[in-house]
Amino acid sequence: MQISLKINGKSYSNDIEPRMSLVHYLRELLDLTGTHVGCDTSGCGACTITLDGNAVKSCTLLAVQADGCELTTIEGMANGEQMHPIQQSFKENHGLQCGFCTPGMVMTAADILKNNPNPTEEEIRHGLEGNFCRCTGYHNIVKSIQQAAATK
Amino acid sequence: MGKFIGKSVKRREDARFLKGAGRFTDDIKLPKMTQAAFVRSPYAHAKVMNIDLSEAQKAEGVVAIYTGQDGCGAYGVPCGWQVNFKNGDTMREPVHPLLAKDKINHLGEAVAIVVAETLELARDAAELVEVDYEELPAVTDPKKAMEPSAPLVHEEWGDNAAFDWCIGNDRTEVEAALASAHHVTEMEYRNHRVAPNAMEPRSYIADYDINAGKWTLYTSTQNPHLIRLLLCAFVLGIPEHKVRVVSYDVGGGFGSKVYHYTEEALLTWISKEIGRPVKWTSDRSEAFLTDAHGRDHVVHSKMGFDKDGKIVAHLTDEYCAMGAYLSTFAPAVPTYLHGTLFQGVYTTPLIHLNVIAPFTHTVVVDAYRGAGRPEATYLLERLISKAAKEMNIDPADIRFKNFIPPFDGIDEPGYQTQVALQYDSGNYEGVLKRSLEMLGYEDFRKEQVESRKKGKLLGVGISTYIEGCGIAPSAVVGSLGARAGLFEVGHVRVQPTGKVQVLTGSHSHGQGHETVFAQFVADKLGIPMDDIEIEHGDTDQVAFGMGTYGSRSLAVGGSAIIKSVEKVLEKGAKIAAHKLEAAEKDLDYAEGKWTVKGTDKSISFGDVSLTAYVPHDYPEGLEPGLDFSSFYDPSNFTYPFGTHIAVVEVDKDTGKVDLQRFIACDDVGNVMNPMIVDGQIQGGVVQGIGQAMLEEVVYDESGQMISGSYMDYAMPRADDVPMIETDRTVTPCPHNPLGVKGAGEAGAIGSTPAVVNAVVDALSHLGVTDIQMPVTPQRVWKAMQN
Repeated sequence: MQISLKINGKSYSNDIEPRMSLVHYLRELLDLTGTHVGCDTSGCGACTITLDGNAVKSCTLLAVQADGCELTTIEGMANGEQMHPIQQSFKENHGLQCGFCTPGMVMTAADILKNNPNPTEEEIRHGLEGNFCRCTGYHNIVKSIQQAAATK
Repeated sequence: MGKFIGKSVKRREDARFLKGAGRFTDDIKLPKMTQAAFVRSPYAHAKVMNIDLSEAQKAEGVVAIYTGQDGCGAYGVPCGWQVNFKNGDTMREPVHPLLAKDKINHLGEAVAIVVAETLELARDAAELVEVDYEELPAVTDPKKAMEPSAPLVHEEWGDNAAFDWCIGNDRTEVEAALASAHHVTEMEYRNHRVAPNAMEPRSYIADYDINAGKWTLYTSTQNPHLIRLLLCAFVLGIPEHKVRVVSYDVGGGFGSKVYHYTEEALLTWISKEIGRPVKWTSDRSEAFLTDAHGRDHVVHSKMGFDKDGKIVAHLTDEYCAMGAYLSTFAPAVPTYLHGTLFQGVYTTPLIHLNVIAPFTHTVVVDAYRGAGRPEATYLLERLISKAAKEMNIDPADIRFKNFIPPFDGIDEPGYQTQVALQYDSGNYEGVLKRSLEMLGYEDFRKEQVESRKKGKLLGVGISTYIEGCGIAPSAVVGSLGARAGLFEVGHVRVQPTGKVQVLTGSHSHGQGHETVFAQFVADKLGIPMDDIEIEHGDTDQVAFGMGTYGSRSLAVGGSAIIKSVEKVLEKGAKIAAHKLEAAEKDLDYAEGKWTVKGTDKSISFGDVSLTAYVPHDYPEGLEPGLDFSSFYDPSNFTYPFGTHIAVVEVDKDTGKVDLQRFIACDDVGNVMNPMIVDGQIQGGVVQGIGQAMLEEVVYDESGQMISGSYMDYAMPRADDVPMIETDRTVTPCPHNPLGVKGAGEAGAIGSTPAVVNAVVDALSHLGVTDIQMPVTPQRVWKAMQN
């Protein structure tokens, strides 16, 4: 099937198998390998991207479902050398260790702050419920998002 | 403290991860690369009667299909540690085949591998492989595995024991002391099985270069050199100098990526067979079924006390599951990494531990964050808290009564335990005192009394742990059965311009080596951190290494780098003395330059480096170059310690445990980067909380796993845990140059019993004395009803 979509401001058009998952499309066809796959039941959130402005788990969607949509992946967050304020805040607060869940965390954090610019700690933790991190114990991820909210 | 040492320097590795530019194995694509999919057994124990490949072979895009009949790696993957039976009989070591031949020993064991042009086509074809199995009865519980009627994992030995083992004082002496003790506290429980769950699933790419006769294996491992050694010398019999193992960014390990897995060897073998690169990446379901698990001890303990609450004796019998085969370090985990910590932080005069290690029809069990030490800590800390309740002594007071007094290990030898080890330095009462202050212990107890009157179930749990890290003195572990040395290699390569490349055999998979190692090298050389690059994870670059586990990277790997830095400075001084026309003894080195004492004559590190590579005006007889590699073999383990305190409230209607506060006061010796140490503690604590409250790998009676996905296996999520309150004391390690002890595992070791102690404390007035973890609402509610 032919799909056309916009990712990080760039247009793509590809002929793909209908069964191809969106994350597989991003990683295998477009080499956008910043979006990770950590599970097969939409439980870990490592594959989180933004689709038409909302955070979604790209392992749960088929690529064909994204036809005509506008996507942002982790590769679209920074402006060259200049990191997005959320990325900068993760660095300042040691909000990552191994870095594998990090792209999904950053995309989810952006979604949390888009919908609620001044979240409480409880709201941040609730917002992160769909994303696993096995390294940080979430402590510094929560702090990173708190600081990103405060400095906006 | 130097310019960088002791500072919370922000991590240099962060930018690539934050921008989605990490180099994880599954991100790598090679030209002409094929993809593999496995056919795995749906049974835990079965005979393989027939494998029909005919339909699969005809499927689109199939490159090759292999089964256990194809002769790959006939010796299987080896075990790296030998623990013999108490009676001297040799440890039983079954062949751990790369693909099962005619017998299945655990759920998910690989029966065939399909290689195809794409992953989808490989998976399509794998579904067409027809395997006839004859299912057999299975045993998954380590204690039941030793019953006479238990199904046998390996029939040739007549029972399921891999080995048995004991440590400590004479058993009869310990039993006699228990018989005459004023009070004996007893516990029976299972330190249940958990899955490490690094967020990056295991991933491998093997690539054979037919012209060079050389393999490259890209692998998500914590341990690239050891993988190369095992792969070449033991499994495939291929020359070690013709294999390059590359492990760039690895998405967490927690022990599960230390070991040499069958898939690594199989892909390496296949890449030569098909003459093309081949990739396999585990999915999460496969990870649950095939990654080495942790824990799984069935425990029976007795601890005796005198009338004042002093421990007089401790006796424990354990059944510790090995799984279907012996994983790389498996035999060491419930023995030398476990029994040797039974002294804890207490002066217990008599200790005996007996271990039986059975095979079970489950995936292998090996080291998982803490490896044997969390199991020892759980046991000691639950026992002493349970005893405190029974003897009506405050749980903090009973610990103060029993602590080993503070010692720094500098002028006097360390503390000799009853279980082989000599602790390096410690101040156990210091961390307990500080953590009680952090909590406001006395006020909390008052609040608890008041809240109980209102029907609220508040509880506090204390855990005071010690661990053995900085693994390990090679001769010592060799005498205990290790088949490898446990030194580390540090290579400092100074470039002509004075820029420095540091190559380490340690491996970073989240620990921040690229930052921390550069911090102390910059301080020791007096040059900017930007002038230093840290390289790891490529066996063609780094001479050798033993990898990262057992909180060893800084204590052992860092010490190896320091040795090389010292050699650089020693040789640099000779060059500087020549250039400055002074004697070496008259030179001082500081802030990146050698200065003749009492003068302003000096030469910079950069100028000396250039001279070493352009040796025109040069000391006679001195070799050019400024490049040193060192092996560091520690003289002892290191012994971090700490106190963890959990505060919980139990919902009286549902049994749900709300973890309200978690306090961790740890002593990991000197601290290079406080931000990173705190991060390690926070993450470790939450993993330990996960075992206490949520996580459990459950196999049913037939060996099916009923917790094999994130829909079934509960790991801590952000809203399950509070902020972790951390502080530290500093008792330097006296026997390594940085004075460091290691921080990677501490959090996971101390936290689990603190949580369970808190839950029992919350319910103690209802008559609850113990509860099996994980403390799920159902278990807690049932305990309250009883």
